[in-house]
Amino acid sequence: MFDDFLIRAALAGIGVALAAGPLGAFVVWRRMAYFGDATSHAAILGVALALASDLPVGLGTLAVALLMALTVSSLAARGWAMDTTLGVLAHSALAFGLVAVSFVPGVRTDLSAYLFGDILAVSAADLVFIWGGAALVVALLIWRWSALLTSTLNEDLAHASGLDPDRERLILTLALALTVAVALKVVGALLIAAMLIIPAAAARGLARTPESMAVLAALIGGAATLGGLQLSLLYDTPAGPSIVAAAALAFAASATLGKLRRT
Amino acid sequence: MSLIAAHRLSIRLGGAEVLTGVSMSVAAGEIVTIVGPNGSGKSTLLRALLGILPSAGGEVTRKPGLRIGYVPQKLHIDRSLPLTVRRFLSLPQRRSEAEARTALERVGVPEVRERQMADLSGGQFQRVLLARALLTTPDLLILDEPTQGLDQPGEAAFYRLIEEVRSETGAAVLMVSHDLHVVMSASDRVICLNGHVCCQGTPRVVSNAPEYRALFGLGTQGALALYQHSHDHDHTHDHAHPHAHDHDAAEHDHV
Repeated sequence: MFDDFLIRAALAGIGVALAAGPLGAFVVWRRMAYFGDATSHAAILGVALALASDLPVGLGTLAVALLMALTVSSLAARGWAMDTTLGVLAHSALAFGLVAVSFVPGVRTDLSAYLFGDILAVSAADLVFIWGGAALVVALLIWRWSALLTSTLNEDLAHASGLDPDRERLILTLALALTVAVALKVVGALLIAAMLIIPAAAARGLARTPESMAVLAALIGGAATLGGLQLSLLYDTPAGPSIVAAAALAFAASATLGKLRRT
Repeated sequence: MSLIAAHRLSIRLGGAEVLTGVSMSVAAGEIVTIVGPNGSGKSTLLRALLGILPSAGGEVTRKPGLRIGYVPQKLHIDRSLPLTVRRFLSLPQRRSEAEARTALERVGVPEVRERQMADLSGGQFQRVLLARALLTTPDLLILDEPTQGLDQPGEAAFYRLIEEVRSETGAAVLMVSHDLHVVMSASDRVICLNGHVCCQGTPRVVSNAPEYRALFGLGTQGALALYQHSHDHDHTHDHAHPHAHDHDAAEHDHV
């Protein structure tokens, strides 16, 4: 039956999906896809810095991801051309991260663990970190849900309702950095943005309200985790990419279903 | 006492002074329309009154406890966001079924309750925005070009609706409009803006003011004639007054 490491892997993946699903819905609604890329690519730089200074990897990732998210978000508030700025930041962060990692002895070999995740090596301590972080993200989103949604719809409207759109943006930024730190071990820096966007996009075709889209995104992400792990077990494929591939298949199915329903 | 007022308000956007020394006010129950050419700072003034933009000089005063219902100029709802009309009405404050139904009936679109916001027609969309603004039981409705994208009958119907709402609820209305014909027939007071207040007063006063004619030309006389047959009663003053000092005198003759 299931080995212990598989159960841990499944729990880790589901934990990430629970946070990434609803957060991903906001990423999709606010057109922040590149924002997610920049933040998650910065995580590699965080890994390098943490390893070089003997700090926990999770902490380094969180700090650098948060710094990147805050930078991007303040540039956005000042009206920079976001497409170009984000493209520059996302890829520079990745490049600098990879260069920095090469200076840390002994990491070169398992760099792919940080790029593509290493879900099958999740430890019990990792699980605590993942579920703690995911729970925090979900709690933040539930707490601010109505305000976040109103600010996403229209910032002037939120202002007129007595809300502060800047604060809501900061909360999303914080949640994004947390999710990146939590998801690094599971799907790796290159595919974190995929776990944010693909389940939410798959949920869009099936949802009528924002709430149902967020819940469906979490469910689809969870199902993709289980499906991807199964795939990885059967065909000996890398687990992280298999999970994202399963999510992509769910998106294709949902898009087809949506099209059939409309015609 | 006015509901909301600007006193010598100046607003800077990106280094440029968009509004300079604007003084204006809205009293309870009146319909005030801001007109002006593109880029004259009409939306900026509304956003400053709402407290969205910081002032670079002067101040905005509101009556304590003032409740404002706001309809923004452009509300683009991304296709990626599934949102029914019913859900939209509950943002951010939760509204009961009965409240939502009443508001939608008031604006004449009870049938769209379960529709997606993105699927509504322009007229339905604006009415739903108005319904949401009404749910706050506002003392003041602030509408930024509420009839943008509507055809002429739709526009006329929308302004009629606003007037009905005003007479039922007693809410004052402050709006920006492009359509001078409608402005002249549906407003108690008009503020003509071009970076500063060019002139303000009753529609008849404003349309005779040289500042207004310099901005919009003389072609609006037809609109005025239309307007006058229904509003041909006494105004307390008939002279053009270029600045904001004495419009209070005109407040009571439409209530």
